[in-house]
Amino acid sequence: MTAKRLTIALAGNPNSGKTTIFNNITGTRQKVGNWPGVTVEKKEGLIHYRGYDLRVVDLPGTYSLTPYSIEEIVARNFILDQSPDVVIDIIDASNLERSLYLATQLCELDCKVLFALNMADLASSRGSKIDGSKLSELLEVPVTFTVGNKNEGIDILLEMAVELAESEMPDRSKRRVRYSKDIETAIEKLQQDFARHPEARVPYNERWTAIKLLEDDKIVKQRIVEKTGGEARRILDLTASLREHLRDRFDEEPEIVTTDERYGFIAGIVREVQTNTTRQRIDISRNIDLVLTNRFVGFPIFVFFIWAMFQLTFTLGEYPMEAIDALIGWFSSSLGSLLPDSLFKSLLLDGMVAGVGSVIIFLPNILILFFCIALFEDTGYMSRSAFLMDKIMHLIGLHGKSFIPMLMGFGCNVPAIMASRTLESEKDRILTILITPFMSCSAKLPVYIALAGTFFGGRAGSVIFAVYLTGIVLSMITGRIFRSTLLRGADAPFVMELPPYRVPMFKSLLIHMWDRSKIFLRKMGGIILIGSVVIWCLSSFPQNVPLTRDYDAEAAQVKTAYETKLQAAEPAGRLLIEKERDEALQVLDRDRRAEQTEGSLMGWIGKAMAPLFAPLGIDWRGGVALVSGFVAKEIVVSTLGVLHAVDGDERSEALRTALKASGMTPLAALSMMVFVLLYLPCLATVTAIRRETGSLKWMFFSIFYSTSVAWLMAFVVYQAGRLLGFA
Amino acid sequence: MVLSDLRQGQSAVIEKIGGNGALRRRILEMGIVRGTEVYVEKYAPLKDPLELIVKGYHVSLRVEEAAKITVTPVKPA
Repeated sequence: MTAKRLTIALAGNPNSGKTTIFNNITGTRQKVGNWPGVTVEKKEGLIHYRGYDLRVVDLPGTYSLTPYSIEEIVARNFILDQSPDVVIDIIDASNLERSLYLATQLCELDCKVLFALNMADLASSRGSKIDGSKLSELLEVPVTFTVGNKNEGIDILLEMAVELAESEMPDRSKRRVRYSKDIETAIEKLQQDFARHPEARVPYNERWTAIKLLEDDKIVKQRIVEKTGGEARRILDLTASLREHLRDRFDEEPEIVTTDERYGFIAGIVREVQTNTTRQRIDISRNIDLVLTNRFVGFPIFVFFIWAMFQLTFTLGEYPMEAIDALIGWFSSSLGSLLPDSLFKSLLLDGMVAGVGSVIIFLPNILILFFCIALFEDTGYMSRSAFLMDKIMHLIGLHGKSFIPMLMGFGCNVPAIMASRTLESEKDRILTILITPFMSCSAKLPVYIALAGTFFGGRAGSVIFAVYLTGIVLSMITGRIFRSTLLRGADAPFVMELPPYRVPMFKSLLIHMWDRSKIFLRKMGGIILIGSVVIWCLSSFPQNVPLTRDYDAEAAQVKTAYETKLQAAEPAGRLLIEKERDEALQVLDRDRRAEQTEGSLMGWIGKAMAPLFAPLGIDWRGGVALVSGFVAKEIVVSTLGVLHAVDGDERSEALRTALKASGMTPLAALSMMVFVLLYLPCLATVTAIRRETGSLKWMFFSIFYSTSVAWLMAFVVYQAGRLLGFA
Repeated sequence: MVLSDLRQGQSAVIEKIGGNGALRRRILEMGIVRGTEVYVEKYAPLKDPLELIVKGYHVSLRVEEAAKITVTPVKPA
């Protein structure tokens, strides 16, 4: 016999401790993904409980069920369309009145609801006691107590959930929210209309549907049109006239009136079930905020925390990164010595291993960063940072919470874009994702060092600083422009709860960190692999590039020449001669690689694009280097090295000499730096953009936009510079 | 008098929420409804947003949003 399967949905306000309870119930048996079509995190877990298979779904945390935010739509649609067997509403006991707003909305829906009064210990230490059985009686909903962070009451909660699932649907008709007479009359009129036309088959609970229609609920209206066909016109017309009447009567939109009245109803319940024993209480959280959001020290402390996060992510991350790099190197070289030289070997090592390796290497950064972000979120500091930064971010049309992702962009865009998940509004998230790539990431620094170091000597530092500043200014301009055009209007209201500070649970921090990192590993792996193979093909084909010199013969000549020298030399001098020979061979190898790259598809693309780069003062070699930089920005320098047949390292003297000899001017170098700063993000970032915006459209838009801006800015720099007489 | 006219440490009773659409509804849903008493905990270091205590919890609002909320100040007891 297979176990009976029950679906249990967890609903609740943000910061109600819902996630902690979810973690307690499911442990590590969680599946994290996105809700279909949107980038709202979906978590579910499957557990066995007393002969049942329980599928526990963590709904997004919401304050209400009106379809204004994606989270609310997702939560409501799940309850309406998937009909979970039980909905557990996690109620923050120290915040009863506001929590009951969502609770009463759940009660209006046709679903079995169970209240878990969470953190009642905290509430009672603050001097407020809640009469659970009274609450249960008043709303006719089973009520239990839990303490999420101590893992108390979870077993009883599950037991009650299963019991409720197996019981009959309670008749709550007498216990629901009663609205004022005019509203109730309007509801009744709609319900009578539904009853007169049973053929219309209104899809949901009739009273609820009537209320939602009166509230002008877009989604319910749309469903009515879809489901009732020809009847829809009549229903919507009736609704419109009833709304008109209510508007006259209250001098107010009906949805405002119902919200008001629901809170009135709730106030009555709260008076009956909650007793406040002591008014004066010690509020630790308020005391912490006296410091952390203090007018004078709030900002310095914030800067310190951000600095510490940066340090941890990129400095502490360096050690495991080196280890991973060494591991990949070891893997690559041992694989290399096992396999015979072949095209396949090159594909495997230079394409796949090198490509995937270049992304895996960010894993330590990502783990540490997400740990820090989880810490900020779980302690409650994240909303304080938004509180501090909102004024500044709002100037460029963003939310206070956009600050952290943007700042992380200076390190690496991949975790930065993933960090934009903390933003609740989708438009804010997309805008943040679009402008984050203008924050110059650390991989671009070697390019600046090579170019500025070569052409600007002592002023290199100031030039690089100016380049960074250009990125920041452009991100602000972009933010303003997009906010007033593409992503207009939805500047999310900044009605943000500042939850009490809490000591985070280590386990939940780890779960948080790992869930997000897992997505990075899994999804990046696939695309990056394909991308690396493509780039490898472009730079290795065609295989038989006609070479101007016979490198094999020349190499053989060098070898024999040094062989004779070696035999003639004293044993002491041999080492020196061997070194000379190796250098001569390396020069040959570099020349050959330069010629091969020039003849490859990549070189061909670079040359074909040369007319595009010419107005920017960038020659075809620069063009090829820029194209190859799509894999990772560091590669721009090494490709320049290959094409100039010198050692590819940003501090290499040979590269500097070669760059100067190639006819590049300081102005052209500046133009190239500006281009590198702004042009299309690297493959890993593009993948992250695709993933976090959930759309190819935004990904291509980001590529197109950044590259256009890059070209335009580099053009302005180069041409204006020439007009002003700089060569 | 509007909510953003209040100074840190002052209390007031909500009279009317202005503004429109989503924002207004959101403010109401967070429990900032007519007749509710709010306490201005503080303004952010850059004077915007501000932090309120409503129904026993802390919430922040932008000054421009608070400017749309009409209030009657409560005389300190």
